[in-house]
Amino acid sequence: MAAERIYLDHAATTPVAAEVTRAMMPYFGEDYGNPSSVHYWGQRAEHALSSARRQIADILGCLPGEIVFTSCGSESNNLALRGAAMAARASKGGNHLVVTAIEHHAVFNTACQLRDLYGFELTVLPVDQLGLVSLDSVAGAIRTDTIMVSVMYANNEIGSVQPISEIAQLTRAQGVLLHTDAVQAASQLSLNVEVLGVDMMSLGAHKFYGPKGVGALYVRQGVSVEPALTGGGQERGLRAGTHNVPLIIGMASALQVTSERKERDNQKFARHKDMLINGILLNIPYARLTGHPERRLPNNASFVFHGVDGNEMIMALDLAGVAAGSGSACKTGSPMASGVLLALGLDAEWALGSLRLTVGRGTTDAEIERIQEMMPPLIAQLRNG
Amino acid sequence: MTVRQRVVVAMSGGVDSSVAAALLAEQGCDAVGLMMRLWSETPSDNVSTHNRCCTPDAVERAREVASKFDMPFYVVDAREAFRSKVVDFFVDGHKSGLTPNPCLECNRFIRWDFLLKKAIKLGATWLATGHYARVNQVGDEYQLLRAVDEHKDQSYALSVLGQAQLSHTLFPVGGYTKAQVRDLAFRFGLPVFNQSDSQDLCFLGDGDYRRFLNDRVPEVMQSGPIVDTYRKPLGEHQGLQRYTIGQRKGIGIAASVPMYVVAMEIESNTLVVGPREALGGCYLEASGVNWVSGSPPQGAIRAAVKIRYRAHPSPAVITPVSNDRVEVDFDTPLRDITPGQAAVFYEGEMCLGGGVIQP
Repeated sequence: MAAERIYLDHAATTPVAAEVTRAMMPYFGEDYGNPSSVHYWGQRAEHALSSARRQIADILGCLPGEIVFTSCGSESNNLALRGAAMAARASKGGNHLVVTAIEHHAVFNTACQLRDLYGFELTVLPVDQLGLVSLDSVAGAIRTDTIMVSVMYANNEIGSVQPISEIAQLTRAQGVLLHTDAVQAASQLSLNVEVLGVDMMSLGAHKFYGPKGVGALYVRQGVSVEPALTGGGQERGLRAGTHNVPLIIGMASALQVTSERKERDNQKFARHKDMLINGILLNIPYARLTGHPERRLPNNASFVFHGVDGNEMIMALDLAGVAAGSGSACKTGSPMASGVLLALGLDAEWALGSLRLTVGRGTTDAEIERIQEMMPPLIAQLRNG
Repeated sequence: MTVRQRVVVAMSGGVDSSVAAALLAEQGCDAVGLMMRLWSETPSDNVSTHNRCCTPDAVERAREVASKFDMPFYVVDAREAFRSKVVDFFVDGHKSGLTPNPCLECNRFIRWDFLLKKAIKLGATWLATGHYARVNQVGDEYQLLRAVDEHKDQSYALSVLGQAQLSHTLFPVGGYTKAQVRDLAFRFGLPVFNQSDSQDLCFLGDGDYRRFLNDRVPEVMQSGPIVDTYRKPLGEHQGLQRYTIGQRKGIGIAASVPMYVVAMEIESNTLVVGPREALGGCYLEASGVNWVSGSPPQGAIRAAVKIRYRAHPSPAVITPVSNDRVEVDFDTPLRDITPGQAAVFYEGEMCLGGGVIQP
């Protein structure tokens, strides 16, 4: 049995940083006002809310009014796709959406629902073997009735980082909106919306050491979006519902901390990631890296192992005290290969054996060394049974 | 058992496997809960529910039990293996005019192959289930014994196991009565103690195998003639697989004496009925015989034989005719020897093995 547990699933979620918890605390029991209220308590809360909004806007290089607070990254993606598609159909008669084959379900399933229930046309762009979308395929997919292209910034399973600013030049020239799902990227990559050139960008706080239950959508001024949640006039009418002040404060604080330590974090992440990749590829036969070798998130080491059941691998690692992720593993034990891995052109014998190790701030050299030692016999046992 | 050996417990969310898990956890084993998702009918016009055993509710109950004892718990997808090894076996048996018992195949191929292999891959020494039966080690040999609670004894369905399986098998509740197990569940504070027992033919959405066969293999449910043992026509049946040997009720014919199903002739799609005296026989042949010990006895032996899960053991002489075939001669005639069901052999409380009754 494992003496100490090792957490290598930071792509799934991260612990809330201590300073973030501290920043949130007063807004539960002391400054508990509703920012929409007129009185003293409301004004205190409103002040905290707008400071948080300004703090996030500064990091994104945008106006505070371009930030819409939501409950999570998935909600942000839903609002971006559904909201912009509905608005553009009403105002300009647009009817066509473009996404990639490796989007997170929050984007992909939303796009499919827009196609299946609301009659939008959908183009799904392929990716190459390393998980990158080509500029040519984006250019080729844009039509006169295209409303929006949605390309995820960095992939949650394989860590591939897409050429967002180059894609933005294409979409901008064609007058088409560009949305990016930056939920997975936010802990490590630059989020400056001017450099990226995006019109909408989704964030979720718990991926960057903030609390679960809060997210944001950047919506460039002038982009029309229909609300997905209707009610009161919060968030410029785009997202009704009383603000979750403490969690919003937490997200702002977490993004601030992340932005300040990003360079240092990324160096350490990349060193641990490289140790994992080298250790595993050198010592385990029939193992492959998934995703791009260089254009990938600094904390993502993802693999496929031929002839190994990804669910069994996650269980065996868990029993050995290691928390890992797999594109093919889920709590219902479904033996389905992940759509992302199939989109890379991997056949099922490889794709079912996927493993995602994502390092974080708390990861230590000793932990990485233990993983390097434990993986070869573990994979051998799963193969030989 | 050495402390901290890893045991994989096959959990179903039911009371028996939950108590099995709790007993192991309490003994200090490194217990790991696995729950299999098994194939079931997809809800359709004719049937609205899922596999009655592994519903999302059952998964939640099992998860709750595991978490109460700090056991890791995982769901394993066994749908494809279950469909190909158990459901197809059931359907194919009925196509051949047999009355198959899929629970034995499930134990053979799903629990003690698919799941046992997974358990061993996960570093376990043991696979534990909530079955009512016992394993007894005598020297190097593992014996399969009937449960202490004779009303709940499931050794019949476990007669497919051999030394390779039993040497890795634990039946933690096999030494208790059902009433004691319910008390234990209550004492452990398990959320399952008032659950009903698991079902045979769990993959049927509604428990109605006739409806299932009608939906999936309508060709075995064609109407045909009913005749008596002198080939005199008595009426029309609604599909041979609606009937079973020895059945009296629901045949739908009028006769001066009670008539029983005596035979089903698959080639001519004919149901043969006769009076009570026409039923039964003293003899059967079984094939695909498994001997728990690993090899057949040298020559004929006396044993008690069960021809159905719920049947009483009947004294007989068993003569091995090859490694996996036997002839069984009963001391007194039995009414309902049914091809496709298992004949399972007992010497006292020890299950010797069993095979499939041949037409």
